Amino acid sequence: MALRDWPIKQKLTAMLVLLSGLILLLTSVALAGYQYWSLRQATRDALSVRARILAANSTAVLAFSNEADARELLSALRADPHIVAAVLYDKGGHVFAAYPADVARDAVPAAPGPDGYRFDGGLLIGFQPVEEAGSQRLGTLYLASDLKAIDDTVRLSGVIGLAVMAVALLAAYLLSTILQGTIAQPILALAETAKAVSTRQDYSVRAPQLGADELGVLTDAFNQMLGRIQDQDRAMRENAVQLEQRVADRTLELQERNESLRRNAAELLAANAELDAFAYSVSHDLRAPLRSIDGFSQMLLEDYTAQLDEAGQDSLKRVRAATQRMGILIDDLLKLARVTRAEIRAEVVDLSDMARDIAAELQRATPERLVEFAITPHLQARGDPRLLRVVLDNLLRNSWKYTTKQPRPRVEFGAIDGNGERAFMVRDNGAGFDMKYADKLFGVFQRLHSAAEFEGTGVGLATVRRIINRHGGRIWAEGAVDQGATFYFTL
Amino acid sequence: MNPGTILLVEDNPDDVALTLRALKSNNITNEVVVAQDGAKALDYLFGTDGSGPVGRELPAVVLLDLKLPKVTGMEVLQRIRGDEATRLLPVVILTSSDEERDVLEGYSLGANSYVRKPVDFVEFTQAAKQLGLYWLLMNRAPPVPRRP
Repeated sequence: MALRDWPIKQKLTAMLVLLSGLILLLTSVALAGYQYWSLRQATRDALSVRARILAANSTAVLAFSNEADARELLSALRADPHIVAAVLYDKGGHVFAAYPADVARDAVPAAPGPDGYRFDGGLLIGFQPVEEAGSQRLGTLYLASDLKAIDDTVRLSGVIGLAVMAVALLAAYLLSTILQGTIAQPILALAETAKAVSTRQDYSVRAPQLGADELGVLTDAFNQMLGRIQDQDRAMRENAVQLEQRVADRTLELQERNESLRRNAAELLAANAELDAFAYSVSHDLRAPLRSIDGFSQMLLEDYTAQLDEAGQDSLKRVRAATQRMGILIDDLLKLARVTRAEIRAEVVDLSDMARDIAAELQRATPERLVEFAITPHLQARGDPRLLRVVLDNLLRNSWKYTTKQPRPRVEFGAIDGNGERAFMVRDNGAGFDMKYADKLFGVFQRLHSAAEFEGTGVGLATVRRIINRHGGRIWAEGAVDQGATFYFTL
Repeated sequence: MNPGTILLVEDNPDDVALTLRALKSNNITNEVVVAQDGAKALDYLFGTDGSGPVGRELPAVVLLDLKLPKVTGMEVLQRIRGDEATRLLPVVILTSSDEERDVLEGYSLGANSYVRKPVDFVEFTQAAKQLGLYWLLMNRAPPVPRRP
């Protein structure tokens, strides 16, 4: 596992232990090194001293070439167990005496080497000149010592050192295990808390604050953050609850409204169906008796002309006129009813073309009247073509009708734009009307002229207004008596 | 003048009287058979047991009102157009109704003509005259199918 993934405790402990180990190691190595070096120096010095003493004591034996005494002298070296060999060389460099007495000839150098002390192979050797004070050299003393003393000492100190190191490391480990707690514990506590918060979504837990150091600051900040999150979370939840409540309320409201709309629609459909049936039966059942009244009155007029005087005939004629008028009224009412229930098909309609057609029709129907038509071309609108035709037909027919008394009748169809909308207009220079009664114009069966002046049922404009309303538009009129009238409508 | 009969299917006795009067005043002297409801009209055309046209000739033209008791005008029309023997029989719908759906249905079922009865009797007489002149004089009646 990578170092960075070790638990903090282990990391801290390892760090401390390693550090202590390193320090101990370096110190030990340094000390051991120094000890070894100084030991060797000391050993060499000791040997040198011994050699010098012995050399000084050997002057006599060499001067007098006393072999036996030389041997005895050298055998005193028994006292030092580390001395391996000693040789006295005479002036000529020949072996004069050796110690131990039975030492092999090839264990010691045949001739003296250069003066001085040095380490050679596993031994410390030295060549010490033997000379009388200030005079010639008598010979050389060779001493060879083993290094066991040094080795033993070094070994001992090594063992001690290792032991100490082990104990020290153990102590370091134990101490660090305890001390790392001060750092690791707050961190672990923080980590625990964070984990608890994220797994359980519980924002009410807090990390324990174990100290006032940077970790303490971190913990404190963390706890504050948690507090804020907790508050926000709570606020959010409340909002959510409120929202849901509102949604539920609104949904209920909508459902209720939908219900009532559905009911309304159903009622309307039912009402329309009734109206349908009503209109249908009216067109049959009401007209038949009218036909009878008119028919038999006419028959009376035809068959009994001789028996009827002026007044009688007049009465019958009035009967007939009234009956026919009623027929027209019924028809107009039926048309009005039809307009209300008709479906609107929205198309682009050329109103100018339509107006021209109607004008031509009117002219064909009464060729003896010459009416000037001024129709602005290319006026288009969006709406149901059949219903719009009824509108134009009514308005133009009205204009046609009310200009009968004019010497130079003129009917215009055009459009004016204003206030961001377009209004179509039909204008004539005919009988006009008093603006005082303008609001009566569009009422059902409302007329501003008697039937004697101008025929009509008073339903036409009501029909027109209903159609315009169904297209979402408005209709209004301006006029003056004998100065013509203008009807404006929007779609 | 086509010597054929006119079958007038009409339930309103006033209208019957007026129609007869209108025809007479225009010198249309063909025999007019009146059926007061749809069932009687079918009996006349197909026999009381519905077996087939009776042993006389079919009428030259049928003037058919729509609003009839028992069997309606449209149903009569359907029956007429449905039978091989009467399929080609000229039928003029003569009714008060101006409803677009009646006109549509009438023509869809195979009526030859659709005339709206006016309230004004003078107009009515005019209409009768024109109908008579057209269907009895000008119009070439379809050939009578041979009876097996």
